Amino acid sequence: MSVDAATVKRIGRLARIRIEEEEVAAYQTELNAILGFVEQLGEVDVAGVEAMTSVTPMTLRRREDVVSDGNYPEKIVGNAPLTEDNFFMVPKVVE
Amino acid sequence: MTDLTRLSLADARKGLKDKSFTALELTDAYIGAIEAANPSLNAYVATTPEQARDMARASDTRLSQGQGGALEGIPLGIKDLFATKGVHTQAASHILDGFKPEYESTVTANLWRDGAVMLGKLNMDEFAMGSSNETSYYGPVISPFRAEGSNANLVPGGSSGGSAAAVAAWLCAGATATDTGGSIRQPAAFTGTVGIKPTYGRCSRWGTVAFASSLDQAGPIARTVEDAAILMTSMSGFDAKDSTSVDIPVPDFAAAVERGVKGLTIGVPKEYRMDGMPAEIEKLWAEGLEWLKAEGATVKDISLPHTKYALPAYYIVAPAEASSNLARYDGVKYGLRVSGKDITDMYELTRAKGFGREVKRRIMIGTYVLSAGYFDAYYVKAQKVRTLIKKDFEDAFNAGVDAILTPATPSAAFGIGDEALASDPVAMYLNDIFTVTVNMAGLPGIAVPAGKDGQGLPLGLQLIGKPFDEETLFAAARVIEKSAGGDFAPKQWW
Repeated sequence: MSVDAATVKRIGRLARIRIEEEEVAAYQTELNAILGFVEQLGEVDVAGVEAMTSVTPMTLRRREDVVSDGNYPEKIVGNAPLTEDNFFMVPKVVE
Repeated sequence: MTDLTRLSLADARKGLKDKSFTALELTDAYIGAIEAANPSLNAYVATTPEQARDMARASDTRLSQGQGGALEGIPLGIKDLFATKGVHTQAASHILDGFKPEYESTVTANLWRDGAVMLGKLNMDEFAMGSSNETSYYGPVISPFRAEGSNANLVPGGSSGGSAAAVAAWLCAGATATDTGGSIRQPAAFTGTVGIKPTYGRCSRWGTVAFASSLDQAGPIARTVEDAAILMTSMSGFDAKDSTSVDIPVPDFAAAVERGVKGLTIGVPKEYRMDGMPAEIEKLWAEGLEWLKAEGATVKDISLPHTKYALPAYYIVAPAEASSNLARYDGVKYGLRVSGKDITDMYELTRAKGFGREVKRRIMIGTYVLSAGYFDAYYVKAQKVRTLIKKDFEDAFNAGVDAILTPATPSAAFGIGDEALASDPVAMYLNDIFTVTVNMAGLPGIAVPAGKDGQGLPLGLQLIGKPFDEETLFAAARVIEKSAGGDFAPKQWW
């Protein structure tokens, strides 16, 4: 499988990365090189093989459903580029 | 006084205990060495000399009272991937511009609990994506090693290139590092240092910037096997804040170092004998086996049939997980923001400017293989192949193999700005061909210096162990370290 220019732009939009028109061709070449490399997995017979979900044989631990942390909003927003009253500020999203 | 930076971590610890010097003197020696070397090597992206001196003074107080932890007063470098409270933590990326966490990673907290001193944050490939430390926003790390008779700059390997270079160049007594596909073991092999990626789940991932969560593990890079074992003991341990952290006791790894290999069976996988493998790598591998045999180990040929599929499967699994993990960098919560005409525009422009080319490439691949219609063909298939890779190892261990010996890398260090590697992303990825299988199977792997190539550059061997049997790796690596007997220190030019 290989990607065309339209697919490169679509992936950019899905990944929320702006791809400028003049970058498309280079990305297309690089992505196809990588996709060409992984193509060889087609040789492997995986009939009846389970997909790995955990590399160590374990079930995920669960904790008590209680509040165990928090109450420091000023720390949560402490590194944000733009805040007001401990809220993250973003461009208007609702008209 | 002799140069304190040249002492091994174990000897520095002894000197501190015997009061031959103070933690402040040791720390000042490293601070001076960093100031002199960093303009040439670019190993540190941030230094914390005042914090280091405060920590050293506190260590001296504890040491003078006969107290102190296992690493009391030992100056360490920390990879920029570990969150350090109030201190530069950017995964060597522009997108985390100015980020200073309000919290401390579990691994570094464990080191400070044991008395270690933080010298600063170490350069790395951006978000740990790279095998040459050339993808860092802060520029490449220059290896302290040069080929004989050459002034050309070489790479230290990656992604933990700053960690490896700083340890090799005596800019810290030891360093933290992380390994997702070989990022501890490959730079260790390139710089004549010892690096171990422990079993998945041995070290907490909490507070470590995530790349590919099912593969990422922290581990140390150090100048000797014993030093690596000492650091590993402090870094390890159960942590309720990481759901994949494994709740088992942490052995005193240093106690296993001199255990020897008598009676052990060492596997030699035929699939690692690649076409076109340089003769000097072949020779190194054969020598390593002879050394282990001479100390009482048995060598056994084994087969790990799915080896060649580990790297292609990795380049589906790791980018897929990365595209998900790196979705959080959106210009809202921390780091860089580039304004746009609306919120989507802001996201796209921020991520286009903040991420470097290699990171963007991997996010794009990950996004593609997880997108509707391709998920089963790529991601699910790769995870099935991963099951087979793990089974290969299980079969070998079940057949009586205690550890597996392989080369660590397909070559010695290469030049900065290598054009053949820059023009083909897959060529660079092949650096991890011997190491990536270990991450895919969640096993422990150690790289130990074993020889030099024709140009005097270090070469490493890798030992792969059973889950949670890092002790055997330390013991076998020590035999190789002792038998190689070489001096793997760089000739100082910086």
